Amino acid sequence: MLQVEKLCFLDWGPLSFSVDSGECLGLSGESGSGKSLLLRAIADLDEHGGEVLLDGKNCVDQPGAAWRGRVAMLAAESRWWFDSVRPHFPGGADESVFSALGFAGSEVMDWEVRRLSAGEKQRLALARLLVREPRVLLLDEPTANLDSRSTGLVEEVVAIYRDKQKVPVVWVGHNEEQLRRVANDVLRMQGKQLEEA
Amino acid sequence: MDIIELESWELALAGTLVVALAACTLSARLGVARSLLIAAVRMVVQLSLVGLVLRELFKANNPWGIGLIALVMLAVAGREVSARQKYRLRGMWGYGIGTGAMFVSSFAVSVFGLAAIVRAEPWWDPRYAIPVLGMLLGNTMTAVTLSIDRLTSSVWNSRETVEARLMLGETGIEAVSDFTREALRAGLIPVINSMAVAGVVSLPGMMTGQILAGNPPGDAVRYQILIWLLIAAGCGFGMMLAVRMTARRLFDERDRLRLDRFCR
Repeated sequence: MLQVEKLCFLDWGPLSFSVDSGECLGLSGESGSGKSLLLRAIADLDEHGGEVLLDGKNCVDQPGAAWRGRVAMLAAESRWWFDSVRPHFPGGADESVFSALGFAGSEVMDWEVRRLSAGEKQRLALARLLVREPRVLLLDEPTANLDSRSTGLVEEVVAIYRDKQKVPVVWVGHNEEQLRRVANDVLRMQGKQLEEA
Repeated sequence: MDIIELESWELALAGTLVVALAACTLSARLGVARSLLIAAVRMVVQLSLVGLVLRELFKANNPWGIGLIALVMLAVAGREVSARQKYRLRGMWGYGIGTGAMFVSSFAVSVFGLAAIVRAEPWWDPRYAIPVLGMLLGNTMTAVTLSIDRLTSSVWNSRETVEARLMLGETGIEAVSDFTREALRAGLIPVINSMAVAGVVSLPGMMTGQILAGNPPGDAVRYQILIWLLIAAGCGFGMMLAVRMTARRLFDERDRLRLDRFCR
C-alpha cells in the first residue's frame, strides 16, 4: 500500500491519500495544476514535506535511488541517452512485454532511438520501466501521444502488471473518461488541494 | 654567456604591434579592442610587479614568504576557475571546489617534484619552487575550468535525461556518469595534445626560457620533460577531484538533481 501523508511541496498541500496494493488511483486536473509535481514529490525527485510510505516503510529510511527503484515514475515525455534501444534495458527484457505493447517482438531492441516516433518512445518507456519490476507505478499521462489502439494496449499492460504484481498505481491524465475506466477512484487537483472528482 | 638585456623602449616597440592590432579590431568592429589593450596593460603591470616580488623573495630566501606567494597564486587561480564557469555553484562551493582540487593536485605534485626529484637545497628554493608551482597551477587551472564547465553545461542542458535516469532508480553519480567521463576527456585533451607535439610544433616556454638564458639545451630538455610529466599528473588528478566533487554537489543526500544550487 502506498500512503501519502500531509505531503507538501512548493505551496501545494498538505495532501493525504493512500492507494491499496493492486488498486489504481486516477489523478485529474488542468495543465499546471501540479499533478506532475505531485508525482515527482512522491518519487522523491523534489524536496517536500510530509511522509510517503510504501508497505509501511518510510521513504526517508532508504536511499533516494533505492526508493525510486521501487516507486517508479513514468515521465510524460520520455528521454533516451544511448543511440539504440537495447542499452536502455541493461537487464534484458522478455519478448512478451514488447508484443503486449504492440511491437512485433524483440527486434525493437535494435532500433535506433532517433528513428522512434513519439508514440513508440512512450510505449518503450513503459516497457523500460516495467522490466525493472517496480513496486509502485506513477504514470504521468502515459497515453498522451498514442492512438486509440495503442492506448488500449497500454491500459491493458498496466492493468495486468497491477493485478499480477499487486502494486499500487497512480495514473495522471486529462481524459476523465479514461481515468474512470482505468482507476478505482479519481481525485482532482484543484487550487493546490485534492478533492473527489 | 650572458643574456641580452631588453630595454623598456625595445619592449614598447613590441607594444606598438598590439596597439596596431587593437586599431585594426576597432575598425573591423570586433568589440575586443578595449579588452585587448586592458589585458596587455594588465600583463605588463602584473609581470613587472612579480619581477619585483621575486627579486625580494630570492634575496630573502624565506620559506614563509614563498608559502604566502604560493597561496596568493592559488587564490587567484581559484577565482579564475569559478569566474570562467557558465553555470556557477552558489556560495563558496564554486570557489572552494576548484581551489581545493588545485590545492591538492598542484601543491602535492609540486612538492613531490621539488622534494623527491629536483632535490634543491633547501627543497623549497624559490628559484625552483615558484616556476614549477606556477606552471602547474596555470595548466591545472585550464584543465579544471574546462572539465567543470563541460560537466555543468552538459547536465544543465540535459537535465530531463538525468532525471529520467534517476526515475529508473539510478544514483546521481550513475545518472551523470556519461557526462563526467566526457568532462574528464575534454579537460585532458589539451594536455595530451601539447605533450604529443612538444618540441615538434611548439617549443615549451620553460625550455625556451632556459635556452635563452644560456643553459645547455640538454638540461633545458630534461627540466621540460619533468615539468610536462608533473603537469599531466597535476591536471589529471586535479580534474578528477574537481569533477567528482562537482558531480556530488549536483545531487543532494536524497540523490535529487539540484540545479538550483547553480546560477548562470
